[in-house]
Amino acid sequence: MKRHLISAADLSRDDALLILDTAEELAQVADRPIRKLPTLRGRTVVNLFYEDSTRTRISFEAAAKRLSADVINFSAKGSSVAKGESLKDTALTLEAMGSDAVVIRHPASGAPHRLAGWVRGSVVNAGDGTHEHPTQALLDAFTMRRRLGRIDGLRVTIVGDVLHSRVARSNVLLLHTLGAEVTLVAPPTLLPVAVSAWPCEVSYDLSGTLPKSDVVMMLRVQAERMSAAYFPTVREYSRRYGLDAERMALLPDHAIVMHPGPMNRGVEIAAEVADSPRSTIVEQVANGVSVRMAVLYLLLSGAGPALDEIGTGSPAATEAEIAEVAR
Amino acid sequence: MTHALQPGAESASAAGTRPARSAPLPGGKIVLEPDEISRALTRIAHEILERTNGGADVVLLGIPTRGVPLARRLGTKLAQVEGRPAPAGSLDITMYRDDLRLRPARKLGHTAVPSSGIDGKTVVLVDDVLYSGRTVRAALDALSDIGRPRAVQLAVLVDRGHRELPIRADYVGKNLPTSQRELVQVLLTETDGQDAVIVGLSPAGAPGQAVEASR
Repeated sequence: MKRHLISAADLSRDDALLILDTAEELAQVADRPIRKLPTLRGRTVVNLFYEDSTRTRISFEAAAKRLSADVINFSAKGSSVAKGESLKDTALTLEAMGSDAVVIRHPASGAPHRLAGWVRGSVVNAGDGTHEHPTQALLDAFTMRRRLGRIDGLRVTIVGDVLHSRVARSNVLLLHTLGAEVTLVAPPTLLPVAVSAWPCEVSYDLSGTLPKSDVVMMLRVQAERMSAAYFPTVREYSRRYGLDAERMALLPDHAIVMHPGPMNRGVEIAAEVADSPRSTIVEQVANGVSVRMAVLYLLLSGAGPALDEIGTGSPAATEAEIAEVAR
Repeated sequence: MTHALQPGAESASAAGTRPARSAPLPGGKIVLEPDEISRALTRIAHEILERTNGGADVVLLGIPTRGVPLARRLGTKLAQVEGRPAPAGSLDITMYRDDLRLRPARKLGHTAVPSSGIDGKTVVLVDDVLYSGRTVRAALDALSDIGRPRAVQLAVLVDRGHRELPIRADYVGKNLPTSQRELVQVLLTETDGQDAVIVGLSPAGAPGQAVEASR
């Protein structure tokens, strides 16, 4: 991983564990009387949101503020984007105002990747189209490790609209890197064509998969991206692929239920499941702040990209060390 | 510099947040033997008891990496002398350092404040080497975000001089006049498998090992 966090696939195992370990320490900040660290004082983080979002934007904003960074929020609605300004021009404008990092959410897959070629600061992908959402995968992995103590060897079942889900793709890539076994369960119409090339299993039978799952992650049915009839009725989808109390009883005792939110209660997840003690949905939100603090800290605090350096040991580090010894 | 996580370990924190062991500096001179380190800590423990009314309300906070086992050892010694255990914890100062921008982001150490908290207590910060004073400055900032101690004191195993800030230690194991070209390396059984304080010349090629101890 370089200066940016665009895809979960960019993260090596060491990078990912470094982020999770850092997040573990930063999670303590939430329990302190003063929930703030001075680390990113004087740095500016721009939240560039071209798509609606509540929890991700607020989570990034809270994370940056807890590290004392200045935060500029930008949403496409009510900005010059409505007048036709391009992504590149918007990005260059923001950079001219002195942003050190851009957190971008965009409806087009690949927008963060393009942006990374245009700006000098770090780019963090906060969800691009149906492509990736790496910080969500990191916070999901963090939640699993906190609840179940490990990720290596966990059997994770991801259920629902995989085709439109950037969460599913990032999770499959990251969890594979961290040694979990992922099974996707979805109607055939809601699986990407290339899913056979993903490092995971595929099943169409939810009830048969649940008894062998340590984690079940329900995905939102994304009505806003459904341009065709992917399943006959919501009721039929809910019957076959929804998680209700009866299905939840098939899970092993220790298993947890996750959902990236926002939930459609009664469609992919029943209210009694969402509110059960097995559900980690509220924890996921709290963990999201810690994980995003870790990502911003590791990308922004040092002279160079931390993840790259710690993963491989770059020559730049040695020079800095020599300088410190001399000091 | 804490390098890559140990291969095969699921998590560095699960494994105890330890960097790889430091090997003794090649060509270095041992200035404190294990029994001398132990005696210095015993003396510091007695001094702490004298200066804090028998150690009432003392909280020992070690600065990672090697301040943490030192704080724990001091806590044990305080308990042996006075029969009253002093809570020992750790205080990571990475996020408060003033040189973060000079080098790649660092891996965080572990902060564990004893459950009694630090409000109204006498906090004794514990570190292995006192050098520029910048670590202690960062620790004072970190402390003020956690609570409001009645007093803060500083205990170090080695004071090597060359202060860059107006900071001094209340308890010193050994004053060690050094040149700035020298490295002071503290090895502890808990982190490195042996107890020793070593002074050597900075090896131009591989400074990484001793950086931790020299700051």
